[in-house]
Amino acid sequence: MATVTLSHVTKRFGGVTAVRDLDLEIRDGECFSLLGPSGCGKTTTLRMLAGFEDLDEGEIRVGDRVFSSSARRYYLPPEKRDFGMVFQAFAVWPHLNIFDNVAFPLQIKGLNRADIQAKTRRALADTGLLKVQNAFPGELSGGEKQRIALARAIAINPQVMLLDEPLSNLDPKLREEMRFEIKDLQRRLGFTIVFVTHDQAEAMAISDRMLVMRDGVLQQVGSPIAIYEQPASRFVFSFIGLSNFLPMEDRDGRSYVQDAPEVGPLEVPRPDSVAGPTWTLASRPTHIDLQAEGGLRGTVLRRVYLGELVEYRVRVGPHELRIQKGARDQTFEEGAPVGLSFRRCLGYPED
Amino acid sequence: MRPRRFGTAELLLLLSILILVVVVAIPILLIFWNAFVVEGKPDFLRALALLKEPDTLEALKNSLVIAGGTTVLSTIIGVFFAWLVSRTDLPYKATMKVLFLVPFMLPSFIGALAWKILLSPRGGHINRLLMDLLHLEDPVFNIMSLGGIIAVETMYLFPFVFIQVSGALERMDPTLEEAARISGAGLFTITRRITLPLMMPSILAGALLVALYSLAHFGVPAILGTERNIFIIPTKIYEKIYASGGNFEAIRTGTMLSSILVLSAAAILYLQSLVLSSGRFQVISGKSMRPMVLKLRGLKWPLLILSVVYIALTVVLPTATIFLVGTLKTYGLAFKLENMTLDNFTYILFKWELTRDAIWNSFYLSLCAAAVTMLIGTLISYVLVKTKIRGKFLLEFLGVLPFSVPGTVIALGVILMWSGRFGVNLYNTAWIIFVAYIARYMAFALKSTSAALEQVHDSLEEAARACGASKWQAMKDVVLPLIKPGMVAAFFLIFLPALRELTTSVLLYGPHTRTIGVAIYTLNEDGETVYAAALAAIALVIIVLGQLLIKRVTRAKIESA
Repeated sequence: MATVTLSHVTKRFGGVTAVRDLDLEIRDGECFSLLGPSGCGKTTTLRMLAGFEDLDEGEIRVGDRVFSSSARRYYLPPEKRDFGMVFQAFAVWPHLNIFDNVAFPLQIKGLNRADIQAKTRRALADTGLLKVQNAFPGELSGGEKQRIALARAIAINPQVMLLDEPLSNLDPKLREEMRFEIKDLQRRLGFTIVFVTHDQAEAMAISDRMLVMRDGVLQQVGSPIAIYEQPASRFVFSFIGLSNFLPMEDRDGRSYVQDAPEVGPLEVPRPDSVAGPTWTLASRPTHIDLQAEGGLRGTVLRRVYLGELVEYRVRVGPHELRIQKGARDQTFEEGAPVGLSFRRCLGYPED
Repeated sequence: MRPRRFGTAELLLLLSILILVVVVAIPILLIFWNAFVVEGKPDFLRALALLKEPDTLEALKNSLVIAGGTTVLSTIIGVFFAWLVSRTDLPYKATMKVLFLVPFMLPSFIGALAWKILLSPRGGHINRLLMDLLHLEDPVFNIMSLGGIIAVETMYLFPFVFIQVSGALERMDPTLEEAARISGAGLFTITRRITLPLMMPSILAGALLVALYSLAHFGVPAILGTERNIFIIPTKIYEKIYASGGNFEAIRTGTMLSSILVLSAAAILYLQSLVLSSGRFQVISGKSMRPMVLKLRGLKWPLLILSVVYIALTVVLPTATIFLVGTLKTYGLAFKLENMTLDNFTYILFKWELTRDAIWNSFYLSLCAAAVTMLIGTLISYVLVKTKIRGKFLLEFLGVLPFSVPGTVIALGVILMWSGRFGVNLYNTAWIIFVAYIARYMAFALKSTSAALEQVHDSLEEAARACGASKWQAMKDVVLPLIKPGMVAAFFLIFLPALRELTTSVLLYGPHTRTIGVAIYTLNEDGETVYAAALAAIALVIIVLGQLLIKRVTRAKIESA
């Protein structure tokens, strides 16, 4: 069983706490993403999993085996963890050809020649590299280099695969392709994936579950849908997808935009999740409808044609909102008065 | 497009070619000409016969032994210390790293002088001490041997390997090693199978530099070898030119040996460019994490002590020796306060014409050579990097030449060229040293100015032109300010080595044109060990002050940028 459990994991670098009191269970066979802006502690978490960083507090277990424990000052060294790992800068060895790169972990394990041959060839076949096995990394493209790194990582048939922003050095089209390949490999080989990324679209596309981190603190864990539909905080809301925020104020049982009560009251009931009289309304650009009459009154500042979509920039009091409609919905001209109604919105306490 | 005519670019190209031809190409050609052409006809057999003479053959053999030994020893020491400061948890790593680079600053012939004082078989202080203490009949060490020369050369050349390898280790993408670690490899396996192979180009590049310099150095083998009849190519050339009174056969042997030096230098540089251009060793990455560090545990302090002792023996001991001997009233007296005096220094600095002249000569020659070479280098680099005209390949070829010409060869070349053969006789004047310095240090100027120019993207100049600036204005207001740091660097890269130069000027000096290096060397030859040491001490002070000055200048540059 390759359930990875982190309990109360804390890591400090000098005075900075990179990861604070992290509790997490990554289930056997799932694809789990660590998502957050750079410097949020996601890579540090992965490196602690790999064994490259010691823990200041807490414990990491895989199955029922302790891999790292600060209390016991016990750290299983990286080379004994039997993980596969893929690095952002590929880290393929330029002095070895493709075959030797992939065979390296098997040679280290001391397998016999026939086994090494067979397993290396299978890993190369799984990643589509059989034809270039005698080439050197310098002769290959970025995408192929990343495949070598993948092949090398799966060669020992690991139970857990650690991926540190493996796609961020690739161009967008290739990135999408590799995403599917990684998922496909996982389905066939059944390993657990821990995937670090700062790209929310990538995390959504690849993960069974994911977490969002900020400044070393866990913000939310859940399925991509849960995180997109029910962000736990204003930060998570803004980090996942496009977002609009309006500061609101309640008076006489209705909600008004702060600094701009003249635009009228909100037509939907205020979300239950907020307590005080002032709160923040959060809504996605695609969750707002435009209408000629009623709603929150605003003015169309600009209308931008985006192909599939048309985006309106609407001024509401002192605030500016982005609203996206289907491309054929071009009813409102720039400068026209317009009413906003929120099909869906969430409320968060004021910052 | 209007038909191409002879414009500024062509003029600059022609001027650059002309300068390199006169300063570098013709002297080298003259060497080959004198070596292989007899009475207008090529004659390789007689040239080869000269090489077969026992003393020349012996010099060739010694060169090979010394260059080989120095290279191997420097590589081992350089790689070991580089690994120690960049891949282990050695205490005070940062300080140790700086200390390992100190030998770079010190002229090796001054080191050789110190070691001769300490370890010469009979008179050496350490040898005498050991013989007294242990009641021995024979001296323990003999620095005046092939082994001694190799040891002293290594002390001053190993930083070439050290700096290459430690730099490469620091720039290397640490995930290359981490990937091996997560693949199951331990530190020893990673070092053997990943780190060392990836470092091989840097190790080789450093080793080849050591080979190049140990082949071309005059100072150490001259001071430690000549007295014992141990010659290598540069000292043999010196002996042939001087001792044989400049007869034709002697000059021919000199040019033959010089040809061998040039060809081996060219071969070494070619090998180096092959090694460095092998693209599959691009291992430098942007994302930098702290590299893996080997915990030395129990070996931590012993290895620190080893490093400190190494520095103390190779840097502190010889330097202290030079200063102490420089204060003695007479050589051979014990190091006691009543035997010491500062009069030697005042005598050398202010009273004795020979040394006063030497210091002055070195100063103005280095200053002028540095300024002129830097300016010429900038011009040539500009043509090479920034213009696109036909005939540039010629300049590219000529531009490589200065890199492959050892100091002794340049000296012999300018003697052949400027001794009246072409109507100009500069022999025994400071001018001949000046011309030789330009040729010798052109490579430094080309390297740092062309690097600076390559940093200035063409679009910057084009942007200035688009804003209405003329070609000249764009050059003056955009390009020149941007490459100024490179030019300043070039100046100092020439000025400091020229100040302590010996190999070239020792073949060119006249009665009134001794340089500091020559003065120290000749004083030592004449048995004036105390004055040689005192002058060497002054030279060391000047060099250290110069290095500090560069540091200040370049640091001010960085801060203002």
